[in-house]
Amino acid sequence: MADLSVRIAGVEFPNPVIAASGTYGNGECYTELYPLSRLGGVSCKGMTIEPKMGNVPPRIAETPSGILNSVGLQNIGVHGFVEYYLPTLKEEGNVIIANVAGAVLDDYIAAAEVLDASDVDMIELNISCPNVKAGGATWGVTKEGAAAVTHAVRKATKKPLIVKLTPNVTDITEIARAVEAEGADSISLINTLLGMRIDINSRRPILHNNVGGLSGPAVFPVAVRMVWQCYKAVHIPIIGMGGISTWEDAVEMILAGASAVQIGTAIFKDPYSPLKVIDGLSEYMDKNGIRSVSELVGQVKPW
Amino acid sequence: MSYYCDKYVITEKKTLAKEIYSFTVSCPEAAHAAHVGQFANIAADGFTLRRPISICGIDREKGTLRFVFEVRGKGTAEIARANEGDTLDILGPLGNGFRIPEGKKIIVVGGGIGVPPMLGISAKTGALCTAILGFRSYDKVILDDEFRANDSNTIVCTEDGSVGVKGFVTVPLAEELAKGETEAVFACGPEAMIKAVIKLCEEHNVPCQVSLEQRMGCGVGACVVCSCLTVRNGKEYYSRVCKDGPVFNAEEVRFNG
Repeated sequence: MADLSVRIAGVEFPNPVIAASGTYGNGECYTELYPLSRLGGVSCKGMTIEPKMGNVPPRIAETPSGILNSVGLQNIGVHGFVEYYLPTLKEEGNVIIANVAGAVLDDYIAAAEVLDASDVDMIELNISCPNVKAGGATWGVTKEGAAAVTHAVRKATKKPLIVKLTPNVTDITEIARAVEAEGADSISLINTLLGMRIDINSRRPILHNNVGGLSGPAVFPVAVRMVWQCYKAVHIPIIGMGGISTWEDAVEMILAGASAVQIGTAIFKDPYSPLKVIDGLSEYMDKNGIRSVSELVGQVKPW
Repeated sequence: MSYYCDKYVITEKKTLAKEIYSFTVSCPEAAHAAHVGQFANIAADGFTLRRPISICGIDREKGTLRFVFEVRGKGTAEIARANEGDTLDILGPLGNGFRIPEGKKIIVVGGGIGVPPMLGISAKTGALCTAILGFRSYDKVILDDEFRANDSNTIVCTEDGSVGVKGFVTVPLAEELAKGETEAVFACGPEAMIKAVIKLCEEHNVPCQVSLEQRMGCGVGACVVCSCLTVRNGKEYYSRVCKDGPVFNAEEVRFNG
């Protein structure tokens, strides 16, 4: 049997499949179907220092092979997360990743300090949420902004730090390099691509926020390309995501340079998709005589 | 509340009206777990999102659930293509159902495709139930015979008067409430109808439960997109229609915008 375990920033994952932030609640929603321990890890719903109400609905629209969402970071706040969800998550899950967003630097720092004192295994810095007017992606779209927020949070916590990057930039590699230089232990990409749909009868955008983040199979080739570009640009491990729905997609993402993968939108249609990815990856490795996931990482053979 | 996710065989398919279908599905464990007012999130081949469809009937003995839905777009059209013997990919039962008082006179109000989730209440309460069912016109009328078969006092309304009472459900509802015998009202339908029903219930001081719709993602509370503005303890917040609903107490609901 192939060894599916991976190590990222000193954290051991039993397998490289992680539930993506915003698609898996705080790990509590799918335990009717299978235990959280089957996943390598879970990235929890994006959280902010204070609770947030989120955007006015509708917050979702289906698109060809994808969805647009504009949740707007509705969450109960970092303190609520640590108090209500984290104990169960630690008990039932493997690697627990806290996804953190904010508007101003002090928000990120305050949240990171709370989490630093908690049992979370890793922090995923969300500088890429496209759905909140003040903040989120405004940090992630310039290398200066990305560097500043990474620098500040790096000082606030000793927890392994993942920085989640937005694809809504001209050159994602310069952002990747900037956060690596400021002490990020890992990068995860891609967050959603900014999109829009309009109801032709009412002439209203389907999302009340007018625009939202595109995810699902539609974005997968963009994600693979960006992971590949970043793999060549940085030395820290990459967690690849964006439209992965099958084990073949996961293998492709790993070949592009991802050390682990996150699965999100695919879970809505098939809650078992992360388990199918784990099983498929294991069989692929066995069939091809690959003993460790690390043997596959970045092993695409470019023309 | 337990739910399941699997492919289940369709044992009966009926066409109730133009573009309105009834599927009975053999799913013993889901049927056993289901409550009146819950829904299932049903997969459509080739679409990223499942479609939330209310449960119209629960038969625990036969181990079946019944879904009545209208083709609203390409996703529901794809689901409607399935035939008897095919399987349906069901995630459910999901959400909170209706809380039905025993031995008390109640009214259910259904508007259009909001009628099917009301049939389960009629099945449980029989002659204690008055069913006020609103449709656009005669060709859209569904399930009225089944409410009558449950011995429920059934009043059909159509907007154009082509069958039953001409006009909206609120007219017979106001008359029924004025009798002062009703202990609870249950409603599902278009937002304007639900708002009008809630207003009448407030005027007559009768508790009301409403089943709401919203564009939905996961169906299990994970993605937080199907929000409804609600108020509890004086504080406004967005509830999840899928997990905290789809049934809400009327006094909690603020509606969006």
